[in-house]
Amino acid sequence: MIHFENVGLRYGMGPEILRDLTFDIPKKSFQFLTGPSGAGKTSLLRMLFMSLQPTRGLIRMFGRDIADIPRPELPLLRRRVGIVFQDFRLLDHLTTYENVALPLRVRGKDESSYKTDVLELLKWVGLGERINVLPPVLSGGEKQRAAIARALMDRPEVLLADEPTGNVDPPMAKRLLNLFLELNRLGTAVVIATHDLALMDQVEARRMILSDGHLDIYD
Amino acid sequence: MAQQKRPEMRVRPTAPILPPSNIQGNALIVVIAIMSFLACLTLGGVSMVRSTAASWESQISREITIQIKPDDNLDMEKALTQARDLALTFVGTKSGQIVDEAATARLLEPWLGPGLDLKDLPVPRLVIVTIDESNPPDFDSMRALLKDSIPQATLDDHRTWVDRLVSMAHTTVMIGTGILLLVFTAMVLTVVFATRGALSGNRHVVEVLHFVGAESSFVATEFQKHFLKISLKGSAIGSALAALFFATAGFWQSHTLATPETDQATALFGTFSVGVLGYAGIFATMIVIALLTTVTARLTVMRTIYEIDTLRSDPTRTDGIAS
Repeated sequence: MIHFENVGLRYGMGPEILRDLTFDIPKKSFQFLTGPSGAGKTSLLRMLFMSLQPTRGLIRMFGRDIADIPRPELPLLRRRVGIVFQDFRLLDHLTTYENVALPLRVRGKDESSYKTDVLELLKWVGLGERINVLPPVLSGGEKQRAAIARALMDRPEVLLADEPTGNVDPPMAKRLLNLFLELNRLGTAVVIATHDLALMDQVEARRMILSDGHLDIYD
Repeated sequence: MAQQKRPEMRVRPTAPILPPSNIQGNALIVVIAIMSFLACLTLGGVSMVRSTAASWESQISREITIQIKPDDNLDMEKALTQARDLALTFVGTKSGQIVDEAATARLLEPWLGPGLDLKDLPVPRLVIVTIDESNPPDFDSMRALLKDSIPQATLDDHRTWVDRLVSMAHTTVMIGTGILLLVFTAMVLTVVFATRGALSGNRHVVEVLHFVGAESSFVATEFQKHFLKISLKGSAIGSALAALFFATAGFWQSHTLATPETDQATALFGTFSVGVLGYAGIFATMIVIALLTTVTARLTVMRTIYEIDTLRSDPTRTDGIAS
């Protein structure tokens, strides 16, 4: 589904922070992406989201070389990937319901066609009673669940999560992990970037470890 | 006791993706209102001068003048009658009137004083011929025939004066168009800066829209809606004020007729009445300004998003945005 081959990345004239990355993200797979702070996890996630171009190498997304994809087509391809940030990136003037419905709204869908789905998804992530609440009123865990629900709203084939448990306590982290595992069982490939060892120890999953610009994979 | 069914939660009406207008939006409304007011004023002024010039032109071109210079061997009264009769033989002439001695003396009175005896002075005499504007006579043939019959006669079809008026009207229109262009340019630039400012202020919204897969055209449409509301409000206020200005000025003029102030204003600007067409022009200006603002906002957003995307995606650009 996603294929990286000899991918390298440097910012400006600086040193290469990612070197010769070669790996695949298969369909319906579950993996952790880990490594020390500054190892390049977020940069790698951005490349997986097609938001950042590599300085060298080949990236194939859903069978297409991203270097050959015209820029106006990229948003359409990005819609097949959901992304969750550590800082949630919810819009404070929109309610939980409106934030979660945003991906469908930007696709030009009519509210009547998605309202029930959004409400069901919000119930599924435990926010059924918080649909009309603005993000500043939500707790950290609720915000993270809203961000995850938003990323899942359009049923992406891949879900990328950047430190999704960074702002929540261990019980909430476990709850979120269970949410990701359930998603994966339903067919979504999941990549979780984290340096939370305790979280990774809870699941037998593929580990992609970034260090000194290199990627080591432990299946 | 039967368990009561829990009411289903209702969602509020969907809020706009961009936060509602803020102080900057209000300032932009004021700027657009001022620009619209100036544009409408310029447009109204130009149309007033044009219509005044057109009315002068029409009044003058309704008449031509035959001037006969006195000569020792010339019987002036006979020559005047002959000239009038000759002119009236042409198709396109309606009537001819000889300006008699008394009227000629009255014409010269401001310069030569009262009690003037024309017999003492070699004063030219005039025949005023009214013509059909839609079907004017052949002036060149008339001029040639008059010259043959009465060598002292000259025909003035007021062409020089009319040409000057036309060129004055054209100059006024050009100046007005120049001012309108300047006003529109200033407004476009203001909107470009305001749009860029709004994009900076809503950068987090643009980033979130990017990460949920929004296309640039969608983001541009959201900003476009925002700016359409602002520009419609601003241009409606400015245009309404301009319309009110013309209505008030027209009212003042019609209620102070025959006073020195009004005569002066009328001589300079013509009548302040802009008519139905003038008000239609003001309305059209309002729509043009609203559309211009909206299109400018859209193009600016598309361009800025392209720049943001380029910076975001190109790791070699260290002036980019980490996100």
